[in-house]
Formats: sequence, structure tokens, C-alpha cells
Amino acid sequence: MSLLDMRFDNGQEAAAGSGYADAPPRMGFFTDTSVCIGCKACEVACKEWNQIPEDGLEFTGMSYDNTKGLGADSWRHVAFIEQPKSLAGQITGGVGMAASSGSVASVPTAPEVTAEGIRWLMSSDVCKHCTEAACLDVCPTGALFRTEFSTVVVQEDICNGCGYCVPACPYGVIDQRHGDGRAWKCTLCYDRLGVGQEPACAKACPTDSIQFGPLDELRQRADQRLAQMHSVGVGEARLYGRDPDDGVGGDGAFFLLLDEPEVYGLPPDPVVTTRDLPKMWKLAGVAMSVLGGSIAAAFLGAGRPGGAA
Amino acid sequence: MSTDAVTTDGTTGIHPGREATVGANVPPGGGGPRKAKRRDEPEFGSYYDLPVINKPAWESPDIPGYLFLGGLAGAGAAVGLAAQGTGRPGLAKVSKIGAAVAGHLSLVALVHDLGRRGRFLNMLRMFKVTSPMSVGSWLLSGFVPAATVSALSAVTGAAPALGTLASAGAAVLGPPVATYTAALISNTAVPAWHDGYEYMPFIFVSSAASAAAGLGLLGAPVSESTPMAFLGAVAGLSEVALSKVHEESIGIVKEAFHEGKAGRYMKAAEALTAGGAVLAAAGGLTRRRSLRAAAGAMLLAGSAFTRFGIFEAGISSAQDPKYTVVPQRERLEKKARKGT
Repeated sequence: MSLLDMRFDNGQEAAAGSGYADAPPRMGFFTDTSVCIGCKACEVACKEWNQIPEDGLEFTGMSYDNTKGLGADSWRHVAFIEQPKSLAGQITGGVGMAASSGSVASVPTAPEVTAEGIRWLMSSDVCKHCTEAACLDVCPTGALFRTEFSTVVVQEDICNGCGYCVPACPYGVIDQRHGDGRAWKCTLCYDRLGVGQEPACAKACPTDSIQFGPLDELRQRADQRLAQMHSVGVGEARLYGRDPDDGVGGDGAFFLLLDEPEVYGLPPDPVVTTRDLPKMWKLAGVAMSVLGGSIAAAFLGAGRPGGAA
Repeated sequence: MSTDAVTTDGTTGIHPGREATVGANVPPGGGGPRKAKRRDEPEFGSYYDLPVINKPAWESPDIPGYLFLGGLAGAGAAVGLAAQGTGRPGLAKVSKIGAAVAGHLSLVALVHDLGRRGRFLNMLRMFKVTSPMSVGSWLLSGFVPAATVSALSAVTGAAPALGTLASAGAAVLGPPVATYTAALISNTAVPAWHDGYEYMPFIFVSSAASAAAGLGLLGAPVSESTPMAFLGAVAGLSEVALSKVHEESIGIVKEAFHEGKAGRYMKAAEALTAGGAVLAAAGGLTRRRSLRAAAGAMLLAGSAFTRFGIFEAGISSAQDPKYTVVPQRERLEKKARKGT
């Protein structure tokens, strides 16, 4: 097997593959969005613990979401989605508008509204700490590294702000901080893990929507939860990022969602770009030979200088 | 912030919060399928039509400029050695100077684009084959000094043996320098850069060769620039043809190359490169100085527009969730069909 044929992954126990002799079990998050209440305690706890600077107080008008997405200064992001659907068999709101017609003259005659229901999807997004992490693969300085917990962390004293990790991430997680120049993202509270504490967001979550623990255990728990949701009729429940055979070798932080991933702003089928890199290098090798060959051919074809073409 | 107060006498001050036009700026999407902006656009789910991936932090003109200059430098160095070896000192000199100057400008552009410029040496902290940027940093750190010595020797006539050695070194490293940038931008999650990565290295070497040929046609004496007319004609036409084939291979992402800034740049690139290639062929046959110079200028400009066009297509494809979600959905559906 040549160097170019190898896949750049370290298996599920990513830390062991990265050279840690006695690595602790792989740690991660299971974010069960079905019990998220959208309180944003995770966002606040993360900002406080990690001393992340303020990044603009913007009113987006998008439901209750003024954070918009993950970035250099938002390592947890709570998405709010309002849908005119009921959650499984539940009837929620929107009952009996028809009777009041005519009482408010200025209101245009509304069509009769029946009990259709509305549901809120709330989900706390975070860095996925991929098994095959594109940001880590492409980092030219080694600032991004795999910790003993198999998480992916940026060393802020090494990062030179080249920005390569930003377009490499298939989830849009890591970004360059304005006025600082370096790349920043969730560390899965590497400092807290080191002293046996759970990450700040999980600690602050009042509903245990964010669960922290050894990844094996979380995967089992998620499977049970999914079966439970399906058994009570929430057929749209699904796990996202749990499968070790997916395009990034499984996420260290995975989710239970109640709709398609893209509805939450997540890519439906992310694939780590580095899987294609061996082929890219091979083709680049062919192309550079073509370049050298064409230049040589041009000179051979032209014959002696000054001669007729 | 509101300056109001609520007391037993009622409320005073202004209450901007009460006037808030909630939802006035809400982009379409919000959980439901995004409404098609055009008739032929597929519907897809999105989160308030926000992008899925983050916008690349790379800036123009640094990075697209570098893609162009790196190609010119790499191919120019190879042309320089070939010209020297076939007794074309004028073409050798202009190509070597071009390679050295473009190489130095490349370094300036790359360091300028860093978030922490003082830490540029961290690029050489390790060597990683999984990071085309790391590979490129090492290539450039060998190439630029070699190209510099080669050019200085060609200009001053000093140390001809060392000059030849440096020219050979630069010529060996040149094609990799001109090509690795294709892997650099393709090895991302940006749809317009990653999808169709099979074609990117060939577009890049065509663009590099047509730039180096353009420089030779523009700067070398007519008696020596005939090989550049051949090279420019072939490379220019290949660049235009490959760009077309590439666009046809990437499904909906093709639109990113046809809209906005990227669309204008790619259109200019096509016209200039195709025109330059035809003029180069004509100039090669007739040996007219003015024809060759015009061909050279057009090829150089066309190559630059190609790089800027590809760069901008990547930026715009990263900012519209359509280019991320639709191809991934199609891939999933294909997989599902195969599975059942």
C-alpha cells in the first residue's frame, strides 16, 4: 500500500490512532433536541467559561435566534424553528379562530383555522469533534490537534490564522476571529475534562438535552432514546452523526433530531474532504507531468531559435 | 436600548422595542422548504436560508492573486530552463525574472492573508501530506530562493554555473508549485472548489502554462518566442475547454460559476484566453511582433481572470445553502435507490 492509498483516519478510537498510549475513553456529546427548551443556558455558559468575546448584538428577526450559527465567537448555537406541524399526535395551539369573525373590523377575513398545531424545534448545535476531522487534517501548523479524549482542539499559541480550517469544515463550525486573526472553536472544554469536570454547556443544560460522557455509552443511550421516541409515535425522530460509517467516521458530538438535518442548518450528508485528497494528489501528479511535458514539447516542436515556425 | 420608565404615573420615554418589526428581515426558509428563487430551482430544506458551511476566511486579491502568480512562477521557471537549454537567452531571462518576481509576490500575498503575520514561520513547523498548504509552504520555501538566484544570475551574468543549478532546481519545483494549489482549494468543503476536483489540477496547469506563455510572448524577442506561441495556443484552448467540461460535471454547482462576480470573471477569462490562444497561433505562424504581444497580454489576463473567477465561485457557493444541501441530498437519494 503506497502512501497515497492510505485513508487519513485513525479509526473510532481516534486518540489511540494519534499516538496516545493509555488514552482515556473517547468523550463526546449526545444532544437530544427533543427535550431542548431553547433557554440558551449552554450558549451563555460556554461564553462565560471560555471567555469568548462579544461578537455583535444583532437583531435578526429569525424567531428567537440572534446568534445565527457557529463561529469563532459562538461555540454553542441554539436554533429555533417554528413549523405548522404537530409533534407526533399532539395538538398544540391554533384552536378555534373561526368563531370570532367580525369582532375586529380591520382584520381581513381569516380563513377558518382548525386545530392544526404548531411545533417548535430547538436544537443546540456544537462542534462535532469528527472522527475524521477535516480541520485537523488541513491545518498546516499543527495548531489543531487530537486530544487524549479524541476531541479536536486549536492551540491558540500556534495558530497563525492561515484560515484553511474554515472552508475545510463540512459543518461550518470553526472560523477566524475578527481583530484576532486566529481560528477558534469548541474545545469540548478541554480544561474542564482534564480535571474530571463535564463541559460547561452540558453542566448548565437544565433538561439534559446536552448529555456528556464516554461516546460508547452515549451511543447506546441514544439508540434507546430513539427506540423510545419511535415507540411513542414520534416517527420523525432520527439520530444524526451517530453512525461510525458516515462521511466523517461518526461525530464525537451527535444529535437526535426531529426533522431533516438541513432544517436545522446541518449538512444532510457531510463527507470529510480529505477522503478525496489521495486522488487529488495523484491527479495533481499527472497534471504537473503534463505541464512539464507540454513545455518540453513546445520547445521541441519549435526547433532552433529564429527558425521558421 | 430603551430609555423608558414605567411608574404609577404611566410610562415615559420612548419604547423602541414596541416598534420592532419582528420578522421583517427574516430570510425565507425557516424550517420549511426554501421557495424556489427561480423556476428551475429545486426546493430544499434550510435554516432561514443561512449557509451551512462558513465563508472561507481567505481574501481577494491575496488568494486568487496567489493562485495566478504561483501558476505563472511555476510554469515560468520551467520555461526559463527550457529556453536556456535551447539557446534562447531572451526568453530565458524574461521567464526567470517573471518566475522570481511572481514567486516573491506570492509570498507577500500569502503572508498578508495570514491572521497572524508574525507567525508565518509556523508554516514550516511540520510537514503534513494531508495539508496541501503545508506541502505548498515547503515547495515555495525551496522554489522562491532557487528562482531568485536563477533570475539574478540571468540578469547580471554572474555565477553562471550556480545560476544554471538554481534554474534547474526552480524548473523541477515549478510544476508542483503551479499544480498543488488545485489540491489546496479542492481539499475543502466548498462546493465550487471541491466538486469536480478531478478537473481542477488540469485547469490549473493549463492556466499556469498559458500565463507563462503569455509572459514569454509579451517579453521575449520574436526570434525566440515561437515555442510560447505553440504553448499559449494549446494551453489557452485547453483551459477554456476544461473549464466547460468541469462546469458540466458538477450539477447545480455550475450556477456558481455563472452568477455574480464569478460569472463576470469567468466570462472575461473565456473571451481573453480563447482570443489569446487564437492570436498566439496566428502569431506563431506569422511571427508578427504586435500579434504575439497582444496574444501574450490576453493570455496573461485570461489566466488571472480564471483564477479570480474560480475563487469567487467558491466564495459564493459557500454562502448559499443550495450548493451544499442539494448535491448532498441527491447523493443520499442515489445511495437509497442503490440500497433498495
